[in-house]
Amino acid sequence: MAIVSLREAINQAIDEEMARDESVFLMGEEVANYQGAYKVSQGLLQKWGPKRILDTPIAEAGFAGLGVGAAMVGLRPIVEFMTWNFSLVAYDQIANNAAKMYSMSGGNFHVPIVFRGPGGAAHGLGATHSQSLESIYAHIPGLKVVMPSTCKDAKGLLKTSIRDDNPIVFIESEVMYGDKGEIPDGEYTIPLGVGEVKKTGSDVTIVSWSKVLANVVWKAVDSIQEELNISIEVIDPRTIKPMDYDLIVESVKKTNRLVIVEEGWPFAGIGAQISHEISSRAFDHLDAPVERVTQEDVPLPYAHQLEIRSLPSVEKINAAVKKVLYRD
Amino acid sequence: MATRVLMPKLSDTMEEGVILKWLRKEGEKVKQGEILVEIESDKADMELEAYDSGILRKIVVPEGGKAPIGGLIAVIADAAEDIAPLLAGGSAPSPGTTGSKPAAAQTETKAPAVAPMAPPTDGKTKASPLARRLAGDNRIDLSRVQGSGPQGRIIKRDLEAFLSGKTAPPAAFVPAPIIPGTAEDIDLSPIRKTIAKRMTESKTTAPHFYVTIEIDMDPAITFREQINTVTELKLSFTDIIIKAASVALMKNPQVNATYIGDKMRQYHYTHIGVAVALEEGLVTPVLRNCEQKRIDQINAELRDLAERARTRKLKPDEYTGATFTISNLGMFGIESFAAIVNPPEGAILAVGTIVEKPVVKGGQIVAGHTMKATPSSGHRIIDGAVAARFLQDFKKILENPASLVL
Repeated sequence: MAIVSLREAINQAIDEEMARDESVFLMGEEVANYQGAYKVSQGLLQKWGPKRILDTPIAEAGFAGLGVGAAMVGLRPIVEFMTWNFSLVAYDQIANNAAKMYSMSGGNFHVPIVFRGPGGAAHGLGATHSQSLESIYAHIPGLKVVMPSTCKDAKGLLKTSIRDDNPIVFIESEVMYGDKGEIPDGEYTIPLGVGEVKKTGSDVTIVSWSKVLANVVWKAVDSIQEELNISIEVIDPRTIKPMDYDLIVESVKKTNRLVIVEEGWPFAGIGAQISHEISSRAFDHLDAPVERVTQEDVPLPYAHQLEIRSLPSVEKINAAVKKVLYRD
Repeated sequence: MATRVLMPKLSDTMEEGVILKWLRKEGEKVKQGEILVEIESDKADMELEAYDSGILRKIVVPEGGKAPIGGLIAVIADAAEDIAPLLAGGSAPSPGTTGSKPAAAQTETKAPAVAPMAPPTDGKTKASPLARRLAGDNRIDLSRVQGSGPQGRIIKRDLEAFLSGKTAPPAAFVPAPIIPGTAEDIDLSPIRKTIAKRMTESKTTAPHFYVTIEIDMDPAITFREQINTVTELKLSFTDIIIKAASVALMKNPQVNATYIGDKMRQYHYTHIGVAVALEEGLVTPVLRNCEQKRIDQINAELRDLAERARTRKLKPDEYTGATFTISNLGMFGIESFAAIVNPPEGAILAVGTIVEKPVVKGGQIVAGHTMKATPSSGHRIIDGAVAARFLQDFKKILENPASLVL
């Protein structure tokens, strides 16, 4: 076991996959000479040279499309968005070309590409730079969406994503790049579509992922367990699409209560989809309606106090857990 | 604007109320603040005043009818307003639109909360999917289970409680049909239902034990005679027993306590409930802070509370919050008996009649007076020796009653 930061874990995944397969290359704004806007690609230009670590102009639609084309003819591009907010400029390339090419070409063209970068809110970046866009990507058939909450998962999932023959939306978090965690020594991968019970419990299941799991849910769990004298099961699906519903269904059969915590907006959010699937597949095991904790349905305010109040919080999670336990 | 008048929650244990009397007829004008209706809860009769002015357009629950807490009982509206949507339950009621409030609540700091929930109006039993499955697996008729979730929804814990026998099913067995003239089924009054539920809860959750002591009452008889001779007071033995119990409780705080899960709460005051028999059940008006009251104050207060208990005019905070209860069946000639603890209290004291009998005093058999006292204690927080010490102190005080005037 080694202790590394999230940026180091991602860097290792890219580095190892570049060593393993020479068709892998990294492209994006400031990834080469500047060593990455968040220093994720530190040292890679020096190691792999300018043919495989490419700085692009500030033109997301252009380089995302370039990546799709490269993938269609046999390369394995990793396209870094400085943040996922900027991917909206390239949404047509991702949602139409990357996602649909395999289907529309009758299976003639695979698009083995990883789009990656940080998503979600940081601190005071304003409405256009603080978005959790996983639900709009997960909505599109043909895309897989991956959102790790730990260093170990990030490295193992990114390696699998790079080897996958389908377009992958890999969403990280800039506020977690410096967070440290253990990763196994040597080669390992983590399959897509397989969630993990991060903590076992018997009274309530919380499903959450990425930063809101790492930074908010874990803070809430201990205090709620102590206050209510209950035990909470925490599930990290790790992959948003395909979602590991089986794991959640099994957990709900045990706890009979589900709270979904996500940083995205409520309408058509990931939690809405999970909630439907659970009400369909575990209906007779539910003792209370599924509760969701999401960002408020507003463009995220810039003002610090409003930003805090708009995002999921320990208090909101506490209230949701009490509600499913009928202890509110 | 039309408002729905909803059944208010008049006590903590109330689940439904009975309409005793409408003071306005349908079509009559109602002014805000006027008494609109009298309601019988499980504890007392209460007057409800109108929250809004308008015309009493519709009485939904007639006199003698019942409604659950939050249930629609009437609609107040302007003459021309369409009230059909309100009657159909079209708008969700909220505390602000209940249309009425308990009149007694005005003078109280702790107003009884009006439940903001709508009643099940469709006659269906509400239950979580899990509760339905558990009921099916265990062949339980859900209509026999009391729901504790929102709008009375039956949830897992209700099924578990039902299965473990913690709550009495409303109908414990399916009774055989009655041969006409040989028996009759009588609806339980709200107060009766509450007694049934709470006593079952107490006896099945608090492990009771009993200790009995015989007390020489000659000194207390003399004490009472002396006070009643010299003053205008008509002191009763109950007054003396309450004060003696209060003093003994202050010396034995473990008995003056409530079991709350992994803690017990010991009170630094004695609020003593006194069981008063009514025709349809019993209520226990509460004498607050007996440790601070002189015996003549207890006498006056008890007289007032007991009288109002009999005419069902007690306010909710006058029959709740006791830390200990005394039940006296002496007036029926009962020598001794064991009572059921009144939750959440830790213990209850049952006292019997004063018996004239031969007693041994100074080696001589003489005529004397004795009384038996039996506290029932919940063993979760009170041990035998603790109850015994309390009883010993209680006996000592009654046998030396002069200290009660201190």
